[in-house]
Amino acid sequence: MKNNAHLVLADGTAFPGRRIGHDGETIGEAVFTTGMTGYQEVLTDPSYQRQLVCMTAPQIGNTGATPEDDESAAPHAAGFIVYELSKVTSNWRATESLDEYLKRHRVVGIEGVDTRALTRHLRDHGSQLAAIGSDDPSTLCDKARAATPMTGLDLAREVTTKERYLWTEGSGVWASPMTTHGKPKVVAVDLGVKRNILRCLVDAGCEVVVVPANTSAADILAESPDGVFLSNGPGDPAAVTYAIESVRELIGKRPLFGICLGHQILSLALGGETYKLKFGHRGLNQPVQDLATGKVEVTTQNHGFVVDVDSLKGKCELTHLHLNDGTCEGISHLESDTFSVQYHPEAAAGPHDARYLFERFVKQMTK
Amino acid sequence: MSAHGLLVSRALVTLADACSEGYLGAMPKRTDLKKILLVGSGPIVIGQGCEFDYSGTQGAKALKQEGYEVVLVNSNPATIMTDPEFADRTYVEPLTPAVVRAIIERERPDALLPTLGGQTALNIALALHDDGTLDEFDVELIGAQVGAIRKAEERELFKEAMTKIGLESARAKTVRTVEDAHEAATDIGFPIILRPSLTLGGTGGGIAYNREEFDRAIRWAFSQSPNHECLVEESILGWKEFELEVIRDRADNFAVICTIENFDPMGVHTGDSLTVAPAMTLTDREYQRMRDAGRAIITEIGVDTGGSNIQFAINPDDGRLIVIEMNPRVSRSSALASKATGYPIAKIAAKLAVGYTLDELKNDITGTSAAFEPTIDYVVVKMPRFAFEKFRGADPRLTTQMKSVGEAMAIGRSFKEALQKATRSLETGRDGLVSLRDKVDYPALAARYIKWRESGEITPGEQGLDIPAYSDEELREALREVVKTPVADRLFYVADALRVGLTVEDLYEATRIDRWFLTQLAELIEAEHEIAAGNAELAWVKTLGFSDARIETLTGTPIREERLRAGVRPIYARVDTCAAEFVAETPYLYSTWGRNSESEATDRKKIMILGGGPNRIGQGIEFDYCCVHAAFALREMGFETIMVNCNPETVSTDYDTSDRLYFEPLTFEDVMSIVEEENPYGVIVQLGGQTPLSLAVGLARAGVNILGTTADAIDRAEDRERFDEILNKLGLKRPRGGIANGVDDAFAVAEDIGFPVVVRPSYVLGGRAMEIVHSRADLKRYMRVALEAIEGAETQTILVDEFLKDAIEVDVDAVSDGTRVVIGGVMQHIEEAGVHSGDSSMVLPAHALPPDVQANIRSSTRALALELGVVGLMNVQFAVRGSAVYVIEVNPRASRTVPFISKSTGVPLAQIAAKVMAGATLEEVGLTQEVTTPHVAVKESVFPFTKFQGVDTILGPEMRSTGEVMGIGATFPEAFHKALLSASVSLPTAGSIFISVRDDDKPVASELARRLSGLGFTIVATRGTASAIERNGVNVTIANKAGEGRPDVVDRLRSGEIAMVFNTTEGQKAIRDSRSLRRQTLLSGLPYFTTIAAATAATAAIEETIARDGKVTVRSLQEYHQALA
Repeated sequence: MKNNAHLVLADGTAFPGRRIGHDGETIGEAVFTTGMTGYQEVLTDPSYQRQLVCMTAPQIGNTGATPEDDESAAPHAAGFIVYELSKVTSNWRATESLDEYLKRHRVVGIEGVDTRALTRHLRDHGSQLAAIGSDDPSTLCDKARAATPMTGLDLAREVTTKERYLWTEGSGVWASPMTTHGKPKVVAVDLGVKRNILRCLVDAGCEVVVVPANTSAADILAESPDGVFLSNGPGDPAAVTYAIESVRELIGKRPLFGICLGHQILSLALGGETYKLKFGHRGLNQPVQDLATGKVEVTTQNHGFVVDVDSLKGKCELTHLHLNDGTCEGISHLESDTFSVQYHPEAAAGPHDARYLFERFVKQMTK
Repeated sequence: MSAHGLLVSRALVTLADACSEGYLGAMPKRTDLKKILLVGSGPIVIGQGCEFDYSGTQGAKALKQEGYEVVLVNSNPATIMTDPEFADRTYVEPLTPAVVRAIIERERPDALLPTLGGQTALNIALALHDDGTLDEFDVELIGAQVGAIRKAEERELFKEAMTKIGLESARAKTVRTVEDAHEAATDIGFPIILRPSLTLGGTGGGIAYNREEFDRAIRWAFSQSPNHECLVEESILGWKEFELEVIRDRADNFAVICTIENFDPMGVHTGDSLTVAPAMTLTDREYQRMRDAGRAIITEIGVDTGGSNIQFAINPDDGRLIVIEMNPRVSRSSALASKATGYPIAKIAAKLAVGYTLDELKNDITGTSAAFEPTIDYVVVKMPRFAFEKFRGADPRLTTQMKSVGEAMAIGRSFKEALQKATRSLETGRDGLVSLRDKVDYPALAARYIKWRESGEITPGEQGLDIPAYSDEELREALREVVKTPVADRLFYVADALRVGLTVEDLYEATRIDRWFLTQLAELIEAEHEIAAGNAELAWVKTLGFSDARIETLTGTPIREERLRAGVRPIYARVDTCAAEFVAETPYLYSTWGRNSESEATDRKKIMILGGGPNRIGQGIEFDYCCVHAAFALREMGFETIMVNCNPETVSTDYDTSDRLYFEPLTFEDVMSIVEEENPYGVIVQLGGQTPLSLAVGLARAGVNILGTTADAIDRAEDRERFDEILNKLGLKRPRGGIANGVDDAFAVAEDIGFPVVVRPSYVLGGRAMEIVHSRADLKRYMRVALEAIEGAETQTILVDEFLKDAIEVDVDAVSDGTRVVIGGVMQHIEEAGVHSGDSSMVLPAHALPPDVQANIRSSTRALALELGVVGLMNVQFAVRGSAVYVIEVNPRASRTVPFISKSTGVPLAQIAAKVMAGATLEEVGLTQEVTTPHVAVKESVFPFTKFQGVDTILGPEMRSTGEVMGIGATFPEAFHKALLSASVSLPTAGSIFISVRDDDKPVASELARRLSGLGFTIVATRGTASAIERNGVNVTIANKAGEGRPDVVDRLRSGEIAMVFNTTEGQKAIRDSRSLRRQTLLSGLPYFTTIAAATAATAAIEETIARDGKVTVRSLQEYHQALA
């Protein structure tokens, strides 16, 4: 087993490994996630647009791939970094191996990387641009350095739907039971939405219309929705100025619910600020406390920026707190039916502890 | 202030704001409780190992830390938890409801915490609830409520609960009669699983493939269940098996600590299965469905302040999920999960039990929240350790009844690496996933398995020493059959099957082991070919977990020097609960291969302690106890302590026992790599039993400073010729004997001494393969077994000794600093010579040895210690016949009895030994005189015979006990009685006693019969014994021996006419003839004594019990020790 590829970070750190997936070269921001399950959901999560994702779990691909587990139409991760890729698929639902899946979707990957060393490096020195390829490390390093930095990039534009569409599929046999109230109509603003959010909305009894990220407030209201949902998505929230604009107009007019990027956009629309965390939250095991009930929920997270709750003083109350570092995980607007969370209640991948938020949204829309 | 610190302080402010706005916020620990009774799990038995010492110790520590007064009860003296400093009051007393009631009456605790002491503690809690004791003394059950325990443990209730929350369980019916059982079997269809209620480790359980097997199995199951109840269940053999370790607090917060996947599919008890963490073959959807089920289950069952273990099965073909069972308490798997993730489940569970919620607790390793679910970036493999070689005649098939006696855990970056590390952690002389082709006659084995399956009868097969040279084709066909049967070595058989060309698909068909796991094995076999062909890059090979020794076997050339020259060295990564998302504060490390080491070795003066590896018969918790004590003592002296061990059940592998923990195999290569990383001042090898001791010579040769007794001194004690020189020099006697190299030599030596002789291989522990042989033919048979046992040992010598019939054996433990020797204790064996010291009951102080003999023993011990230059601990075994004292053997290391002595005398021998090894004198550590006690302590052994149907229970020179208990009292009979009670032997105070003894024992037996008859017992005896008893003027009922006509004694036992049995025998024929008697005694759960000395002690104990009208008095160790001061 000879090494034949490298992952090289912009700071020059090079990790040897072996090519997997599509035979080519790729550049993006190197990030890691600590989830032990759900690599296919990670690959297809639009929030990972232009990122090279390192799985800290070392044995990846054991259960192959199945269309059912795609969180969007195709992988968004720009590259995939693993310790060991399984050569065999073991799962009754699998339709192909992960390697075949990566090849089919032209995702460049690398295995045999000391993923723990990489993770510790990224933890200590921050996420940074990187390249995966077969060139010598110094060439790859130059390419990584030459790439466009992620800050200030509006990536929602790259991943959002081109057209408005109706979403009707629920979770089917995998659904967790939810209390429903009527059949409220929700307009979901697609900033890079994961399918499971839409499924959860359907499970909660909603009629769901998905619209492009740049849809104006007027066009959204023209749908006569009972509520508006702001999705997760990739990139810098500050760059998605059009969405911030629309949201600002919508506050108070309809109940609003935001997740992740949607939460940050909502906060910005309310005049709040965000800052970068020393250690981002990336995994399926993050403990969050619901301050209204005191209950702890284990959540899925993937964020390096966080809302500065002090910047919203007098406007919002802190509703959810991260138990590890005490950062803001959820807010609610004091003057309207507007709330949002930084984490992912739809999970996929991750625990289902926070599904109640969809019920809460439905309750607000139908009260 | 760091950015991180800023965030935290900001959070605190927000939290405070939130609290003032009406949210209840932090609800601190309970202040209405002051005194808590913690119940331990008793002796180490199969299914309940030293994991409950780990959990009890963590629990006791956590509760004391919180300011509670802790009262602890456990009958097992070898535990750390029963060290007097871990509780305010420590009772080493029998774990029976009556005794625990007496403790409650005396101590008046506010609460009882039963969830850290295994099934034993839960059962006691239930009994004390049912008999009203808890109500009467106003004791609250914490950790789990009675309702929750019953719902989880009683099959019917559990099933109902599962149905209620919409979860499937296997179709099943709980039955109480054989007729109902057969009816249920008809409804469900074969194969059928039997699960008796309320038993440990699945005792009494099994699988039946047909009506006949079922009939046999159900009767056995009923006999094993305390409430004569059994679940008859649909077979889901071959399904994938998973476990979740979960915790929940009183605010309904829930977290999964670990997922575990079993390599062996359903049908093999999880304790006997190779298990892997985290789960390897679940998609997120499937895992989350299981997690949701786990939450629903723990909520419905009602465990609201602690941990639970939940087992699931998944149909590999369609993903159907079935709930198997739930343990509403900390379990063996929790210990594994704690070690696998770094999350201290028992400690957290104890804190939840006193009212904390998860959000109020911190994870020590990262300083993050205790509600942060651990995530890991490595793979953990646990392998069970079996002891079938000790139980000839036992059914070797693995079933739903646990049969393993211990386990080893290994951590690696891949399954392959972890698996190979685990194989060499097992202490079976294997340095990886080795081939057994030269050791196992596969075609013969296949034939035997087919015969078993067809006849339903297990017949032992003798393994020949010469294995024919089979072709790959022959082996392929044989292995295709062999791998179908789950047995201890199946993993190795599967590997051999791959080596001879069976495919993953062939093996999946035969075993239902998941294809992913089989592929990993296939990849290792592929790598072996590359290694053998010289094509493999060393750095890559090492990442697959191949040891130097294994690579050498494959290539035929030494590798170590070359590897070090090439700079191919392991790195050490941290077990951090978070996959490196945060910085870990705790140096809990494992070796792997990669870029940079995270050991951050210090330049402090440090001492490395080598642990004992997996528990097995002959090497158990006692050695872990000694290692832990050394860590405590050396830390106190200011050394940095480094622990190396691979047993997940232990206290030594808790991350806060030592300054640094290396969870690693105990082999030369693995230990040397740590030495190179840490550069310790010295290494302690004499406390972890034979495992580390056997590394001493190699380590010393590599320049490692072995602390205490030198490797040469160890060799002088072990090497027969060198040892004889010492004895001659000191003028000490030993039984006549000689050393044999090979079979012919053994005959010569034995005939020279004269039969019977005691034979054993040198350099083995626990009397492995030790036997008393009575004839030439006997010796011939023996040599086959012996040669198998010593395989892999450094020398292949067999020791042949005169058998000292009827001698009294004595064990002495002593500690020496090289110039002064202090006796720890002189213990007299209750059984006479011929019974292994690990199986024998012992009494401290020696109650019936004349003073001159005792003086002789003490002076001989001193002389031996000084002559050998012992620095640290030493154990000597003597045999006494009349006034003659013989030295049987000397072990210059910690022995099994060290904790027993310490518990009785209050002298922490292991700590003192560690300090002495580190350079202190005995005077400096304050031990200059032997401490003798006015009270009497008895150590009794506990045996796993109920797990092995068909095995003879007679005691002999090969050790077979798994654990021990201690009874303390004012007199020998009281202490002996308590020891028996602790070992679950309940002496009768009325009824019939059956006596059948060999000729030599008849005078004593007659005397015992007279005494028992005087107490109102009826005496039943076989003809020969009866006439001896009658001559003593006692009325006897004569019973037929088995084979003398019905009803015979076995029938009488079966019908419940007999309350106790004294049966001594001699000679192979008599032993064979009386075997059915002993089996039935075991089946009926009766007290039985197979030596006349033990029968005498039992008689005295019965007299004492009757005299005190059945009342027990309890007293804490602290009180006993205070009385000595």
